[in-house]
Amino acid sequence: MRNYPKYFTFWHIVAHYGLRVCSLLVLAFLMLPIIVIIPLSFNVEPFFSFTEGMLALDPEAYSLKWYAEIWNDDKWLLAIKNSFIIGIFATLIATVLGTLAAIGLSNPAMPWQKLWMAILLSPMIVPLIITAAGMYFFYSQLNLAGSFLGVILAHAALGTPFVLITVNAALSGFDYSLVNASLGLGARPTMTFFKVIMPLIRPGVISGALFAFITSFDEVVVVLFLAGPEQRTIPRQMFSGLREQINPTILAVATLLIIISAMLLFTIEYLRARSERIQSGELDGE
Amino acid sequence: METSSSLSVEEILSSKRVLKRKKRLLLLFTTPLLIFVFITFIAPIATMLYRSVYHPTVSQLIPLSLSQMKNWDETQSALPDGMVLREFSLELRSLAEQRLSGKLAEEINRLKPGSSSLIKSTARKLRKQKPEQLQLTGDQFLLASHKKWQDIELWRAIKRAGQPFTDSYYLTTLDLTRNSAGEIEQRDTQIYLKLYWKSLKIALIITLLTAIFAYPLAYYLATAPSKIANRLMVLVLLPFWTSLLVRTTSWIAILQTNGVLNSSLQALGIIDQPFELLYTEYATIIAMTHILLPFMILPLYSVMKNIDPSYLRAALSLGARPIPAFFKIYLPMTVPGVSAGALLVFIISIGYYITPAIVGGTEGQMISNIIAFHMQSSNNWELAAALGSLLLALILALYWVYDRYVGVNNIKLG
Repeated sequence: MRNYPKYFTFWHIVAHYGLRVCSLLVLAFLMLPIIVIIPLSFNVEPFFSFTEGMLALDPEAYSLKWYAEIWNDDKWLLAIKNSFIIGIFATLIATVLGTLAAIGLSNPAMPWQKLWMAILLSPMIVPLIITAAGMYFFYSQLNLAGSFLGVILAHAALGTPFVLITVNAALSGFDYSLVNASLGLGARPTMTFFKVIMPLIRPGVISGALFAFITSFDEVVVVLFLAGPEQRTIPRQMFSGLREQINPTILAVATLLIIISAMLLFTIEYLRARSERIQSGELDGE
Repeated sequence: METSSSLSVEEILSSKRVLKRKKRLLLLFTTPLLIFVFITFIAPIATMLYRSVYHPTVSQLIPLSLSQMKNWDETQSALPDGMVLREFSLELRSLAEQRLSGKLAEEINRLKPGSSSLIKSTARKLRKQKPEQLQLTGDQFLLASHKKWQDIELWRAIKRAGQPFTDSYYLTTLDLTRNSAGEIEQRDTQIYLKLYWKSLKIALIITLLTAIFAYPLAYYLATAPSKIANRLMVLVLLPFWTSLLVRTTSWIAILQTNGVLNSSLQALGIIDQPFELLYTEYATIIAMTHILLPFMILPLYSVMKNIDPSYLRAALSLGARPIPAFFKIYLPMTVPGVSAGALLVFIISIGYYITPAIVGGTEGQMISNIIAFHMQSSNNWELAAALGSLLLALILALYWVYDRYVGVNNIKLG
């Protein structure tokens, strides 16, 4: 039992515990829908619900067959391959352009900083359906609809705001006199960039890249409008599966995606903790 | 740039030159992304806006008739002269040969309902005629083929449909229409305004629900010892990072008739009959509240984290009762977090497409779904563009408010 301050009445303590219970309920609301998918993906029956055997923990009621199904289905394999190809190229474009732009924009001497920022962040704010409709009209005229290039460019545009935000945050404590010192000591601008600026903002760049990747990896609306059958991605395949005929393979894919997002989350959290330590000076000389 | 009177003119000029060069260098860094975003994102949006007012179909189908019609004053009660009618019969004949007359019929029918069958049947008759003959007597042929061709309203509709730039799609999105005299009036059935209101209502409910759920959790996380808070934060961030489609999928598994929720409630004996939750407006609201909850928790948490807990403690130790102390001391300090989260959730939810499309059924659809419908199924792209432009205007207004009160530079991720 905790010690409560003297001025606490009985109702203070009730409120304290009530708050804790409410918080745990909200956390359960956040997590349960994600957890529930995982056992369902091992269901031997082709349903989206628990069978009596599963609840009785009968091993017969569980199977790996939906995972095997992914491997035997060319459509899923193509979708997985496409998701990675599109995601990687879109991330590359978004990270390079976004990092450069953030370096320019984070400097207070940049003219019309606020205007550029508002424009460059707009892909994050505009509803995807509007983006997708506009891109469909425009990219069709350029013969980019139904092509990998079109989807990659679209996803790169959607990913840049995230790179911009994270690199901007990494640069917020950046000391520009380091750049002047480096240039003054005779380093070339490119050397200054890679040896002075880059190491200090690297955690921001990497987490920005991860955000850009997950944006592309999870994006479906633009793909729905812009991509042909050749560019089918994982979310696109899931979307049509959920709309047409519900098949537990989707649950197996969903479980794999949960694992991927958990891995990405831990990477980002690690990077954040590391950059906080760098900023507080605990990791000097690395 | 600091300049004091002790600097010489030359020094001032040189420092200005340095600043100018610096600005140019900074622009050089930012320009590639600006160009990229303009081409891949801004230009497509601009195309969509243009598309919502530019509709050249009719003017491309019957260009000659329309140019002849320019001299005809549609406000008078006389039909266009014979030259126009002859030209129209010729063009309709050639459209019939190219199998394009149906397209014209469909376009005119939007402005003058009932004219579709007239145009199609006349086109069939015209195909059997010789062009040379129509050149001379096309007008008589037309007027003789059906008495509806004598109707001046029809010709007014054709002239109006022939204008390449039109506000008619915007009028449609506002459930307005132009009557035969060209005046704007209300439509009998309201479709789109109702849908906008419904989307706003759903977004508002979701914003309220996320605020109610997020507030105690954010408070708990902000006041708990940092070790516990960091661990529990992972439980907020993991859903945030999990694919949208994964989360939507799980709501299908939970909400369906024999799904997790109904079977547990039945097993506990709380209900006899399963609820019909999936494919309703409730499903849209529940699933989107779950999906957008982290967007409310994170800004609230970061604001609450910076509130000194001693204020509330001081109030309590001075004898304030908890509820007034909370409303007078704590709540006002969290308003920036609540408003930032609320605006963010509202902006995101108003334009949502995927979740309503999957779990919403017919009644749980939002404005984005009808835009997608007009893009993909009814092929009325101009209407989709007009609906999209209106939604865009709404979002940009909210974004402007968000930038004013929160600042877009303060958006935090995770």
